[in-house]
Amino acid sequence: MPMVEVAGKSFEVDEEGYLTNLNDWNQDIAVYLAQEEKVEMTENHWDVVNFLREYYDEYQIAPAVRVLTKAVAKKLGPEKGNNKYLYELFPYGPAKQACKIAGLPKPTGCI
Amino acid sequence: MLHIVNKSATERNSLESALRMATKGSAVLLIEDAVYAATQGSVAAAKIQSAMADVQIYALGPDLDARGMSARVLDGVKVVDYGGFVDLVTEHNSCQSWL
Amino acid sequence: MSDMMDDMDEGGEGVVKKFMFVNRKAPHGTIYALEGLEVVLISAAFDQDVSMVFVDDGVYELIKGVNTKGIEVKDFSKTYRALEGYDIEKLYVEKASMDARGLTEDDLIVDVTVLDSAEMANLMAEQDVVISY
Repeated sequence: MPMVEVAGKSFEVDEEGYLTNLNDWNQDIAVYLAQEEKVEMTENHWDVVNFLREYYDEYQIAPAVRVLTKAVAKKLGPEKGNNKYLYELFPYGPAKQACKIAGLPKPTGCI
Repeated sequence: MLHIVNKSATERNSLESALRMATKGSAVLLIEDAVYAATQGSVAAAKIQSAMADVQIYALGPDLDARGMSARVLDGVKVVDYGGFVDLVTEHNSCQSWL
Repeated sequence: MSDMMDDMDEGGEGVVKKFMFVNRKAPHGTIYALEGLEVVLISAAFDQDVSMVFVDDGVYELIKGVNTKGIEVKDFSKTYRALEGYDIEKLYVEKASMDARGLTEDDLIVDVTVLDSAEMANLMAEQDVVISY
């Protein structure tokens, strides 16, 4: 497995750059993973990333986009819980990019 | 002899066979889905309870925890951890895994 | 696991069929319980009329108070609680299966409807598709 070095700490990632171990995650690696995705982290990005980590901790899965949108609307308000807003933050798909930055496992079971 | 059973007694007959073949003084270790048999209220509990007259029944703690069954273990069943599993294997002359 | 489908739920108007997923296996001894759950989560994107039923050892999938640290696997019992957010709200357990294992509704991690065997049989007979694990 490839390793990346961020802020003096080594992280194991898979071939596509996903963090191998959920518990290794910290803010430094999140910023690094975001850079790899050409995403500049703002407070709004962190809200979604932190939300995803909380969701994963509670349910042990990353939510489908539809479920994410609904849940974000409930937690952060309807102006943030919609596809347009989430795609503006994560242009290549909120699920894919935000999950990667949040250090969640690579989405599998996709069709 | 140590008999090791890993299948649910409400799905397979491995536990029944193991208990039938377990002679007086031998031990039966329940692991994985077999641990359900050693819990209160299970239809399989009666088999364990009647077997306990002649054999010592053990159940693997981490497998009970993973199934939410730790608080329901039958009296008389000894819960062991992985170290205890190894001890049981070394204490007995032979092992039989009822796969 | 996960189920990232960006556009699946935005497709055209399809025919809604009644799908039943039958869970009959204990959670960790085999992969069936987890695989079955993943399929249900994926199927949620197709907006079908989904029921999940738990019979025989399948009722063990819903037990509260699980701690999987010792066996070093994911505690996917938590994932059943996410089903509501996926609009999968029809969860049924068979009473006979619960009784045979000394379990009651209070032992379960999600709200379920308890059916007797005849009711379960009728529900099964009403389905367009039944998928069993």
